[in-house]
Amino acid sequence: MQYRSDIKSVKGLGTAKHGFSHWWMQRLSAVLMIPLGLWFFYSLMSIETISADSVIMWLQQPIQAILMAIWTITVVYHGALGMQVIIEDYVHGKAMALTLLVLIKFAMFAMIVATFFSLLRLVS
Amino acid sequence: MKTSNRPLSPHIQVYKMPLSAKLSILHRITGLGLSLGAVVLVFWLFSLAYLSSTAVNLHTFFSSSVGKVILIAWTFAFFYHFCNGIRHLFWDVGKGYEIETVNKSGVFAILVAVVLTAIVWIVGA
Repeated sequence: MQYRSDIKSVKGLGTAKHGFSHWWMQRLSAVLMIPLGLWFFYSLMSIETISADSVIMWLQQPIQAILMAIWTITVVYHGALGMQVIIEDYVHGKAMALTLLVLIKFAMFAMIVATFFSLLRLVS
Repeated sequence: MKTSNRPLSPHIQVYKMPLSAKLSILHRITGLGLSLGAVVLVFWLFSLAYLSSTAVNLHTFFSSSVGKVILIAWTFAFFYHFCNGIRHLFWDVGKGYEIETVNKSGVFAILVAVVLTAIVWIVGA
């Protein structure tokens, strides 16, 4: 005879109470990437021949560097949010899922910092 | 809850997926591919700033035919994810849920993605 109700075994296994914020930030970053994505492809198309020199020359304009920073960081952030959903959906081992989620966050921070340092070096 | 004896239906292997389901999977796959692209994007910027010889190698690789195929795939993945993402935003505000509209907007997303990819690679080249 089991005295525990079903509710006991499912309590605490649900969301971590931040589901809306994840969903909302995913949408906000998506909306931001609509103009920025078009800017990114338009800019690359506008460069006569893509080489290290021509790309650096393009990114040395402060406005372009700032747009590139916002674009890259938004892409990385939106990518991390998406990867989180994929991990939560398909990785069933709790330890593995948690490890991957932490690695995704670390990778996201590292990539954001790398983007800042790189663009600052290019404009200065 | 005891659910083990419940029938599994529609079973994924014998279920003929509608267009919207296939497009949904494609949205995930392109998202995954684009996340890899984000890593390369950051590495590209980093190499331009700090590893100039690596940047030159990167440009050489992506000018090769294999590199170009990867870039074209990334371009299509971006524009598909872009168009389908806008489709999602319409759903988020409660618009376009009729089956007929869902099918039409799905086909439209693919077409626009193909056209934009073509524009980037034909006009841009």
